[in-house]
Amino acid sequence: MYRHDFKKGIINFSALSVLFLALLIPSLAGGFSRYIQGLIISVCINIILAASLNLTTGFLGQITLGHAGFMSVGAYSAGLVAKALPLPDGIRFLLCIIIGGITAAVFGVIIGIPAFRLKGDYLAILTLGFGEIIRTVIENLKFTGGAQGLRGIPRVATPLCLTIAFWSAVFCIGIMFCFVRSRHGLEISAIRDDDIASEACGIDNAKSKITVFAASAFFAGVAGGIYAQYLGIISASAFNYLKSIDIMAFVILGGMGSLTGSAVAAAVLTILPEVLRGFSEYRMIIYSVSLIVLMIFKPSGLFGRYEFSFVRLLEKLGLTRRRKNEYSGA
Amino acid sequence: MMSQFFHHLILGIQSGGIYALVALGYTMVYGIIRLINFAHGDFVMIGAYISIAVIPFLSATGVPLWFCLLISLPLCAFLGAVVERLAYKPLRRSPKLSALITAIAVSILLKNLAALFFGSAPLPFPNTLDLPPINLAGISVSAVTWVTVTVSVAVMAALEIFIRKSRTGLAMRAVSENPDAAVLMGINSDRTIRSTFVIGAALASIASFFYCSSYALAEPYMGTMLGLKAFIAAVLGGTGSITGAMLGGILIGIVESFTKAYISSQLSDAVVFVILILVLLIKPSGIMGKMQREKV
Repeated sequence: MYRHDFKKGIINFSALSVLFLALLIPSLAGGFSRYIQGLIISVCINIILAASLNLTTGFLGQITLGHAGFMSVGAYSAGLVAKALPLPDGIRFLLCIIIGGITAAVFGVIIGIPAFRLKGDYLAILTLGFGEIIRTVIENLKFTGGAQGLRGIPRVATPLCLTIAFWSAVFCIGIMFCFVRSRHGLEISAIRDDDIASEACGIDNAKSKITVFAASAFFAGVAGGIYAQYLGIISASAFNYLKSIDIMAFVILGGMGSLTGSAVAAAVLTILPEVLRGFSEYRMIIYSVSLIVLMIFKPSGLFGRYEFSFVRLLEKLGLTRRRKNEYSGA
Repeated sequence: MMSQFFHHLILGIQSGGIYALVALGYTMVYGIIRLINFAHGDFVMIGAYISIAVIPFLSATGVPLWFCLLISLPLCAFLGAVVERLAYKPLRRSPKLSALITAIAVSILLKNLAALFFGSAPLPFPNTLDLPPINLAGISVSAVTWVTVTVSVAVMAALEIFIRKSRTGLAMRAVSENPDAAVLMGINSDRTIRSTFVIGAALASIASFFYCSSYALAEPYMGTMLGLKAFIAAVLGGTGSITGAMLGGILIGIVESFTKAYISSQLSDAVVFVILILVLLIKPSGIMGKMQREKV
């Protein structure tokens, strides 16, 4: 079993490395302009955001409309620390991402404690309220630069930023995937399916919910940290509730409960408006109409709960041997 | 000092009247189908744009400008019915999550349609109320203020009587009490739900008229904050209760006005959200609401 996991890990890692090199080599050789590299970084950030929101929306089954608030907390704390720390580029970047994530996770716990008592539409409104409070407070604080935003966050070379953003996205998705497949992940899916029954089965609903909130906030903070250090200037008005709804659209269109779906939807819906210039004007109209149509005809989203597996694809193509008794003795 | 206090109090009651009108739409829809109609604030915005679109024609024909309300009210009511039929009715038996997402999507759709047709820049709203201010115990109260307060109180009283006395009102109360039993008693629940949306949207158009009269602007995103505050007012008053919506609206209006005057104008939105959080944590059923226990 462990050896098989190891083999799967190696296969996935090599596939991702190939993808990474396919993105990095043209970037270094000048084949990709800074604009395209920036687009790739945005895709990575949005993938982390969408996947992290999917933890609460897809796996826990609760709509939260304050995700941009966690992202802004991560972005601002990463930005402030980055300005204060005289460290080499790469180390500072990574350290600040982690600091952003941790700060956002703290906020996730603070918000999670009152929020876990509510569910459904009340929770949606409550998180929306928290998101807007975070934004208003940041806009009115002195040390965050107020309404003008935080300027002069040290930036790094774009290919380095791309490298870190790519591997952060891989790492985050990997952790989230392990989390939802773990015992805790099953617990939160049980809460989604029936919270009264899960409580009756001995699951500590409150604890599980707060854990998910904190995890979701952590990854949103990581995304915010990358965002802040990639742009070098951030302003709180970018993190309003429309940003949260943007992220929510990725999650729902991709499929609630499918990290693959979140990643694909985030990538497609980030690139599409850039490729089709005329599309961007109608972007939100198309999003909203497709959300309504999707809810009426396929409420689980395009991918449902399906997860793509590279190993399974290879097995189907007959390139690797399928292991017998894969699930015995697990 | 004291006259300043009363000035802010009156301004608070004025915006509170507007919040109350919008909150009624939330509270009625929530009472009947347990759905927060996120698009309700955007009905207000649509009402404002309809008024702006018809006002040039009205001034050309020479009728009083407040007649724009007579056009925006039925159109808004129609919009309420259309939204209900196309977006919410197909989802009546689906999980709440789907209905909630649809409501958010309808809200985004309306905002962006308005931005597409009218542009995202704010449009000026002309002064439509050409009435003299009145003098209340030494304080001059502008026309917008006293008309807003009088009309919203009158509308709410009329609505309360309608819900209590009319057959439709009886049907609404029955459907919100128990939808299945109401259908068995021969109530057409689809029509009742639609009429709830129609009434809510009509109230939203009245609110839009007063909102635009006091702020003199209309923009595609105006419904968001207004809608949220009205929703908070509905929660504070107790969702499902008309008197509660009115009480909650006026309380939120006063709190907001005093925050703007005495603490900080930027933080007024945050303070309103803090009220929401406190209400949800301390008494989720609101001031006038009934507590409902969730059953397995």
